[in-house]
Amino acid sequence: MADLAQWLAGLPLSQAMRRIAWLFPLLQTIHILATGMMLSSVIMISLRLWGVSRTQTMAARGHRYMPWIWTSLVVLIVTGVALVVGNPRTLRDPALQVKLWMMVPAVAASLILAVGMRGDGMWEKNRSVHAMMSLAATAAFVLWLGVTFAGRGRWIVNLIG
Amino acid sequence: MQPVAFLHWLETTPPALFVSQGIFGFSALDMVHIGAICVVFGMIAVVDLRLLGIASKDCAVTDICRQALPWTWAAFAIAAFTGVLMFTGQAVKYYGNYAFRMKLLLLLAAGINMLVFQYITYRGVAKWDRAAVPASARLAGAISLGCWIAVVVYGRLTAYYMF
Repeated sequence: MADLAQWLAGLPLSQAMRRIAWLFPLLQTIHILATGMMLSSVIMISLRLWGVSRTQTMAARGHRYMPWIWTSLVVLIVTGVALVVGNPRTLRDPALQVKLWMMVPAVAASLILAVGMRGDGMWEKNRSVHAMMSLAATAAFVLWLGVTFAGRGRWIVNLIG
Repeated sequence: MQPVAFLHWLETTPPALFVSQGIFGFSALDMVHIGAICVVFGMIAVVDLRLLGIASKDCAVTDICRQALPWTWAAFAIAAFTGVLMFTGQAVKYYGNYAFRMKLLLLLAAGINMLVFQYITYRGVAKWDRAAVPASARLAGAISLGCWIAVVVYGRLTAYYMF
């Protein structure tokens, strides 16, 4: 990991990130805004799956918010990679590793939502399938929120010293 | 009492000491603060994009508001609570921080915009709930989106102006 951090620090992108002062706050701001769009899209989809709102068909709700989830994810990965390359020491932060690992089940839960919300949504009448989808929505929400929290991981470093 | 004297006193109160002297007080608050702001911005953007006619055109404006606004308010309350606590930790520095002042001004602008929308524009919502959104409501959506993006920009810059 230390070798990787050193190699990343030598990359032109990493040097540019440290030389151009406004790049860090700019990319951090875009990262925060994209996180907002990701979380709100997951919440709006979850509200439909939880049955809090029933005003749209599953397909219409998925069609409205799933593209925002995937677009936000791409923006988050691009800005996130640039931020790590610009400050490779973060790789040694256990919170970042927690964050990256937590992204795997978060993306998996999002894929379940994407697949489940396609088509005519006939499963909605099937109680056990609906309960499973509702659970997947909860998982997606909790996991993406966890990924967001772990992004501000300095406190884990502080806890373990 | 002078504002700066009050802020100096504020920094000596127990919650302020928890933030400034505790091992993880600031970091934990900061984490929750940013998470809550992400939710505030995202949920408000859902409403604003509907007002602007960019997204959710097949949904009633009132329906979008009913779903999004409780989450917005809950997250805003969390962001405000954690924000005030973090402020007490270094009150004097924040007070003199240019980016922090801009953030508060923009929050004020977003609040005034919201009040005007809520008590004037939104009263006639029945007429345009499912039809074309009037220019006044579209303007409110544009101002809101602009203000909140700027709040995030200056919130991030606040950290860079602290030293």
